[in-house]
Amino acid sequence: MRRTLPIAVVTGMGLFMLVQYFIPLEEFETLYEWVLDWTMVIGCFAMLLGLYSLTTMMVTKVKRKAPGWGYSLVALAGLFFMVFVGVVPHYQDSLKYGTLFMDLFEYIYIPIQAAMFSLLAFYIASAAYRAFRARTILATILLLSAIIIMLRLVPLGPLSGINQWLVNFILTVPNMAAKRAFWLGVGLGATATALKIMLGIERGYMGRD
Amino acid sequence: MNFYERMMSLDRRWVYLVIGVVVVMTAIYPFRVPLYITPEARSVYDFVESLTPGEVLMIGVDYAPEVMAELHPMSYAITRQCFSKDIKLLLCCLHQNGPGMVEQVVAQVAEEYGKVNGTDYVYLGYKPYPGITILAMGQNFRIPFPEDYYGTPLDSLPMMRTITNFDNVKAIINISGGSGTEYWINYANGRYNAKLAIGVTGVMTADYYPFLQSGQIFGLIGGMKGASEYEYLAEKGGYISKEKDQLVASKSMPIQTTTHIVIILFIVIGNVGYFMTKGKK
Amino acid sequence: MGTAELIWNGVAAFLVLSIYSFLYKDNPFYKFAEHLVVGVSAGYFAIILYYNAFLPKLINPLRAGQYWYIIPGILGLLMWARFSRKWQWLSRPTLGFVIGGGAGLAIPLYLQNYVLRQLSATMLPVGFTTWPLIRNVLIIIMVFCALAYFYFSKQHKGAFGGAAQIGIWTLMVGFGAGFGMTVMGRVALLAERVVFLRDYFATLLSTLF
Repeated sequence: MRRTLPIAVVTGMGLFMLVQYFIPLEEFETLYEWVLDWTMVIGCFAMLLGLYSLTTMMVTKVKRKAPGWGYSLVALAGLFFMVFVGVVPHYQDSLKYGTLFMDLFEYIYIPIQAAMFSLLAFYIASAAYRAFRARTILATILLLSAIIIMLRLVPLGPLSGINQWLVNFILTVPNMAAKRAFWLGVGLGATATALKIMLGIERGYMGRD
Repeated sequence: MNFYERMMSLDRRWVYLVIGVVVVMTAIYPFRVPLYITPEARSVYDFVESLTPGEVLMIGVDYAPEVMAELHPMSYAITRQCFSKDIKLLLCCLHQNGPGMVEQVVAQVAEEYGKVNGTDYVYLGYKPYPGITILAMGQNFRIPFPEDYYGTPLDSLPMMRTITNFDNVKAIINISGGSGTEYWINYANGRYNAKLAIGVTGVMTADYYPFLQSGQIFGLIGGMKGASEYEYLAEKGGYISKEKDQLVASKSMPIQTTTHIVIILFIVIGNVGYFMTKGKK
Repeated sequence: MGTAELIWNGVAAFLVLSIYSFLYKDNPFYKFAEHLVVGVSAGYFAIILYYNAFLPKLINPLRAGQYWYIIPGILGLLMWARFSRKWQWLSRPTLGFVIGGGAGLAIPLYLQNYVLRQLSATMLPVGFTTWPLIRNVLIIIMVFCALAYFYFSKQHKGAFGGAAQIGIWTLMVGFGAGFGMTVMGRVALLAERVVFLRDYFATLLSTLF
């Protein structure tokens, strides 16, 4: 029962969503909209799981005074202050531009997050110097293709026209062909996985008993 | 240890320092970068240009602050172009940390043009499960969004009286920094035949050329270069101006140029060092 | 820039420089900024989830008398049973509802958009008289050669091996294009942050002096 009922639900739901795609009955449309509506409500609770995990992990670290617990306190303070400021005093109007809640988003969250990801520019430069080697013919082809693409932003005078033509050719012919093969693989793989889930062969989502 | 061996064992922080110096010097002494406008970015601009006042364009903004450098300028340029032409905007956000980004754009630009929420634009807000939300919007916007971002019921908004689903919007422009684009292509265009263009990060741009060639998307704005192309076109059209500091992506293009030159030099130097030391091993 | 904006941007600039200090080595300023953003982003998401998801999709409909929303609410709450080893099986029907629906939808849509439409877009007019026709020939050859490379059920020998070889060259050009675009993307993130710092310090210096 603990495994049979979920598999029956998966198969039933899967079959319904598959059939309604091809049969334009009004009753099917109504049921389809109802399924979408309910899935979004369930999604709200699913999103909370991650928040709960993060909060309990940080609280546990502070309680046990694990190494670096002071920083977890900073994270918890940030979390609770954002929640407080998001509710008091403007309630849903806190979401409007210009409130303290949005100012914290704009002047704390945005700069730190953008700066963290901008570190990748340094790492990619370091990786380009230390690891990007033309060891084989294939690596050389990859490297040449990358350099032609990177040169599109560099003014090359009379060679700019040739470079732009080459970039356009690379992106719209071999790159397009390679990515098309990739997407074909994704489509076939996703279809196979979906079929396996619907037929109850793939049961990883159920976890262990 | 000879020169090449010392070069190959260089501490990575020296590389960081060189990049840092180049970037800062270029920021202090910027220069004009000549731009080549790609057909895929121009087709998005030309489509928005072809819309008439009162028509509705949907913008799906699915990015968070980590990729705002490349995508925020696109949002600003497209929003300014639309508001200049009195095109009505329907916006939504399907990325959990992105709703504030949309609010930032729409609140600032609406104030510049005197546009009114509910009449000239509607910001639907955020919902989880992007695929399900897009499918639900294809049926009726009120299924996933009974209220807008600010808590106002959709049925009470004047602009929404004539809008039910994707059939009532001229096109959708999805500006995305993650897998949201796949959902828009698969569900909005795939199931509901919604006319779709995308603006994506540089990392993602190369992946979506097959969909451009197949016609599943009619335009592709790729990364910061694509954003600066769109800004160039919008500036020529009179929708944004350099004097008002509205060319956001174009300000960073000189740094892109010099940093790319340095990275190419690093690749060449790294390979020279590798081949010079390879024979000795 | 007003005083308040100057102070807020000063906080943002301090946090950006704290993140960049990691390039030299890990330090308390970086750890502080890193943990602060974790807390602030979690708090921000909690508020957005409440106002944009829970309130309009569950709480307001229940208040308006649409009591059938209790059912997806209960299904959503059952997801939380995953945290208990004894009761985690209760979350399976809800997961089945969501995953089964997604699987059923995926089959026709992935097949249509990632396989059939991509294959039909590869059926291009061919010829050797004009450049667009020659490009089409190249696209068709490269797509099928790239697909041949991924077919591992047959040995890559003879004519098939030749096709697979062209396929891997095509893939390498595609990956090179991807790497070149990735470099542009990463550098863009750094460029924007440096421009922000430049503009802020220029404004600060002109305000102070």
